[in-house]
Amino acid sequence: MSAHELELDLDAFEGPFDLLLTLVLREELEPGEVDVAAIVVAFVERLSRPCPAAPPAGQSPVPATPQERERDEWDLDVCGEFLVLISALLELKARALFPDEEAELAELEPEEAAEELARRLAEYRRMKEGAAWLSERLGAERDRFFRVGPAPLAPQPQRTLEPQDPERLGAVLRALAEPPSQLSLAHMSLRLPPVSRFLERFRAVLRRRTRFDLDAEIGDLPRMEQAVAFLALLELRKTGEIALDQPAPFAPIRVSRPARPWPAAAPAGQSPAPPKPDSAGGAPAGGPYSHTDPPAYAPPAAPQKHADGDEQETHLANERSAEWTVRSA
Amino acid sequence: MDRPLRLITTNPVDQLARTLEALLVVASAPLSVKELAQAADDDPERIETALGLLSDRYREGRSGIVLERVAGGYAFRASREAAVACGRLFERPVERGLSQAAMETLAIVAYLGPCSRPEIARIRGVAADSAVAGLLERGLIAEAGRDDGPGGAVRYRTTALFERVFGLESASALPRLDDLGETAAEIRERLHSVAVGKTA
Repeated sequence: MSAHELELDLDAFEGPFDLLLTLVLREELEPGEVDVAAIVVAFVERLSRPCPAAPPAGQSPVPATPQERERDEWDLDVCGEFLVLISALLELKARALFPDEEAELAELEPEEAAEELARRLAEYRRMKEGAAWLSERLGAERDRFFRVGPAPLAPQPQRTLEPQDPERLGAVLRALAEPPSQLSLAHMSLRLPPVSRFLERFRAVLRRRTRFDLDAEIGDLPRMEQAVAFLALLELRKTGEIALDQPAPFAPIRVSRPARPWPAAAPAGQSPAPPKPDSAGGAPAGGPYSHTDPPAYAPPAAPQKHADGDEQETHLANERSAEWTVRSA
Repeated sequence: MDRPLRLITTNPVDQLARTLEALLVVASAPLSVKELAQAADDDPERIETALGLLSDRYREGRSGIVLERVAGGYAFRASREAAVACGRLFERPVERGLSQAAMETLAIVAYLGPCSRPEIARIRGVAADSAVAGLLERGLIAEAGRDDGPGGAVRYRTTALFERVFGLESASALPRLDDLGETAAEIRERLHSVAVGKTA
């Protein structure tokens, strides 16, 4: 017999002591639930039996021979072992019960801690007195019978529900029973027009006219195609075939023949564009917000169409900045 | 004729008493004077008078039904001499098997409530979860808000049923727990000597 095999019958647990320890260590059993005093009582009772009865598992370290002499020895071992185990359990339990008080109490001087403990013990004693009074009272009041529960004619609390339409419920259920529609994978394989198509197109336009508004040219296209067109535009700017001009961020982008043509990039058989820009627009080529030199930030005067046609986003951005201004004002 | 006309009451106290009798029979929870006054549509002072009349009529030894003042109101119950017969008819599951842990928990809630499980555990030195759950199930305690601050623990208070079961006129009818005086001082002294011995 060892302390591990001690059979326990507690409120929270029934079985051998070592299983209890295992469960506590695995955090499957709250140490706070364990009645440590009951374990001690069970152990002491076990010890006080004159002769250890045949242990349940049958693997007792105690030989069957002269038991009287043996007992003294294992008493000491087992008691020591038990003491270690039970104190560890007690400490665990104390921690579990007062997790945040630990630090608080640790800071107390021993005298203060004793004072605090005495105060608590006294409080518990008072509550035990109260419990005793209640028990006594309950015994004395056992012959008082009375009716409990809601009065039979008491108005039932009405649960107010919105008027319900069974047809609608049916419709909802039908909708839920419907197999989900096939997932669309269309976005996985975007079919984009080649950049070269826009390269050709912009070149063709600039052959006819000296300048054009990008929005007017690609504003009607789907968004993805607009993005491709913009790539083409950047490509053309890079090779110097065009000049870009935007009076303000988010303002319409104007595309024109370059002020200083790039000889290498000039299409064959085409006379270079005159350096003088079309004066119809009134703005000089390479205006203050030319794309080659990034402009200093200037907030847009009014919601304007974004270069790639994302009007809504521009709006939102403007509203947000307006709101922010109001808040910070 | 210069004297004001004295109204002869059309609702003598005896008639009011009969009304209250009826109200107390249909209600199964104690009714306060205020509730009775509202239901009977009468003056609280006259209600008290009529209740006095009823208390005399329905008292132990005179009637099988007894009017008692309990849980902050008035309620009928069976007379004690009929208790054995009542016991054969009914079980009283509410208070059957109230363990020592449950009693201590109940005492803490009754004396210190509203209080939370951690507070109960702090005083008893044992987690109070199962005791609290048992008392809740029996209807002897009920939730009463939460501790202040984020994640505050649920607080509990005793119910009207608690007062009825224990035959208390109200929660304030609990006896004062006398300070333990000597005993507390003894504990303190013992602890003190241990603490001093440790540091010395």
